[in-house]
Amino acid sequence: MELFNDLLFDYTLRTVALGAATLGLVSGALGSFALLRRQSLLGDAMSHAALPGVVLAFMITGSKSPLVLMLGAAVAGILGTLLMMAVTRHSRIKGDSALGIVLSVFFGFGLMLLTFLQRNPDARQAGLNTFLFGQAATLLERDVITMAMFGGGALLLMVIFWKELKLLSFDVDFGASLGFSMRLLDILLTSLLVVAIVIGLQAVGVVLMSAMIVAPAAAARQWTDRLSLMIVLAALFGAIAGVSGAMISSLGSGLSTGPLVVLAISAIALLSFLLAPNRGLVWNWLQRRRSDQNLRVRAVLSNLYFLAQQHDNPEHAHEATVLQTMAFGRFGIQKSLAVLTDLGWVQQVDQDRWALTPAGAEEAERYLIGG
Amino acid sequence: MNKKYAVEVEDLTMAYGDKPVLWDIDLHVPEGTLMAIVGPNGAGKTTLIKTILGLLKPAAGRILIYGRPYEEQRKLVGYVPQRGSVDWDFPTSVLDVVMMGRYGNLGWLRRPGQKEKEMALEGLEKVGMSKYAHRQISQLSGGQQQRTFLARALVQDAKVYFMDEPFQGVDATTERAIVALLKDLRQAGKTVVVVHHDLQTVPEYFDWVTLLNVRRIASGPVGQVFTDENLRLAYGGKVNFLARSMGAETAAIGGAYPRPVESVQQGR
Repeated sequence: MELFNDLLFDYTLRTVALGAATLGLVSGALGSFALLRRQSLLGDAMSHAALPGVVLAFMITGSKSPLVLMLGAAVAGILGTLLMMAVTRHSRIKGDSALGIVLSVFFGFGLMLLTFLQRNPDARQAGLNTFLFGQAATLLERDVITMAMFGGGALLLMVIFWKELKLLSFDVDFGASLGFSMRLLDILLTSLLVVAIVIGLQAVGVVLMSAMIVAPAAAARQWTDRLSLMIVLAALFGAIAGVSGAMISSLGSGLSTGPLVVLAISAIALLSFLLAPNRGLVWNWLQRRRSDQNLRVRAVLSNLYFLAQQHDNPEHAHEATVLQTMAFGRFGIQKSLAVLTDLGWVQQVDQDRWALTPAGAEEAERYLIGG
Repeated sequence: MNKKYAVEVEDLTMAYGDKPVLWDIDLHVPEGTLMAIVGPNGAGKTTLIKTILGLLKPAAGRILIYGRPYEEQRKLVGYVPQRGSVDWDFPTSVLDVVMMGRYGNLGWLRRPGQKEKEMALEGLEKVGMSKYAHRQISQLSGGQQQRTFLARALVQDAKVYFMDEPFQGVDATTERAIVALLKDLRQAGKTVVVVHHDLQTVPEYFDWVTLLNVRRIASGPVGQVFTDENLRLAYGGKVNFLARSMGAETAAIGGAYPRPVESVQQGR
């Protein structure tokens, strides 16, 4: 209870939670498009590629204002993406390899710049390496306002170009044949993704940021078959993960917010993979069990029917062990018989003998002959 | 020549790197024709359609739709891409996909509304998919996917349609539905260009045929150009047996099939 109280009235916790919620919301929504276009790893490359941008922006301007650093990150992220596209287009290197190359080269360059700065001590550079794993505790109110402004702008553009972005994600060729510039839309969506990543870097860091692009979208996809709902859910999951991460972190014990946010969204994703209807593993398992059982019950009914036919009496009773043998000794015959009794298709004649009821015989005929 | 051509392609050449995919293609498709494009794998059939639609940039050549460049005539053109070109697990409904056919007319930023929805439902009705309107596209069979794509093209309300292998992997019901639809379109004076694989059905389904193998081997009324010799030229010696049996069949049907030529004349 006190924790929720702090969420509202404790300045630091409120700021951190709001910041984490904002980044989760924006990256969840825009990550959905990346996921559907099978470009989830693009976010990974972009965020890693942003690191040298952050460091260079500081080296050039000497400022650590979030706006300046974000701008540097964005420029580097976009450059990395463009380079990746160029490598794919002008060489025989495939997309995934190009992604790996750009990611490691940019990230390595960024790390080199960071260590270079650290070797030339200058008090002002302290804190830049928090961009590696993020440090949400350093968020100030004005940082959150900046994040919200850019994130809100990105979401607004997403809503404005909803129809076009949907077309881009579902059927590029058809969209192009209608006269929409798919290139322009691709650039738009990629830029929006860069914004989503950049606003999260300070809190979550370049290494973990890609989880915030992929996980909320993947979790949301489990629960719905509607694009709009998927995006709302992804945004909601991202925001929930952000707030929970901030709150758990505030409990003390020096756990930092970024990794906690990522763990929270991973937990949400895991639960979604297990429990979601239609797509969830548990749901599928139950479904398969149900249809297996259904099949077994049908088999017992059919076998009883065949047995009875040999006696010219549709209601001739037989022992369960005979049925067991006909089912090759497997499966719960007793359970199937109980189900069939409940349905009124089979009745127990005495201790261990069972017979079809008239309704059961009719059902068996319908099933075996009528299909 | 006072014939009205729906599609004119002149000297079209297209290459991936230094490997020519289409070489100096000329095509003249009269209005109101059902035309099949046939040829072996890698002959450039899909590339030809995509180049005509401006999805690929040709190395050289000119493409006209009703006498004017494609960019100006976009709204006259409908497109049915290969079914396998999209992810059918995309979270959307059949109705939503069909409404995309109206996006071109809506233009940038305008949202589809009631009118678009009604048109989409009408399109679905024409392909016998009314009751699937609110179905998720991931739950469709191959034939239903294809009919969804056809409905989307129908609501484009175009005059010329390009269809990339609409008969690919569909059930017999869908195949009949598509054939009926093609005939309806011709009845309405539309022109349809179809990438086709099944040589057997060419004389039955189409008026015109273009045999393609990087170069244009032949193009014209089925009865005139769908011959043993042309098929052999297009498919090479490898399918000699097929070509010969097809040729015999064509010769027999060709005589009894004056319709293609007639329909050309009807098209003025």
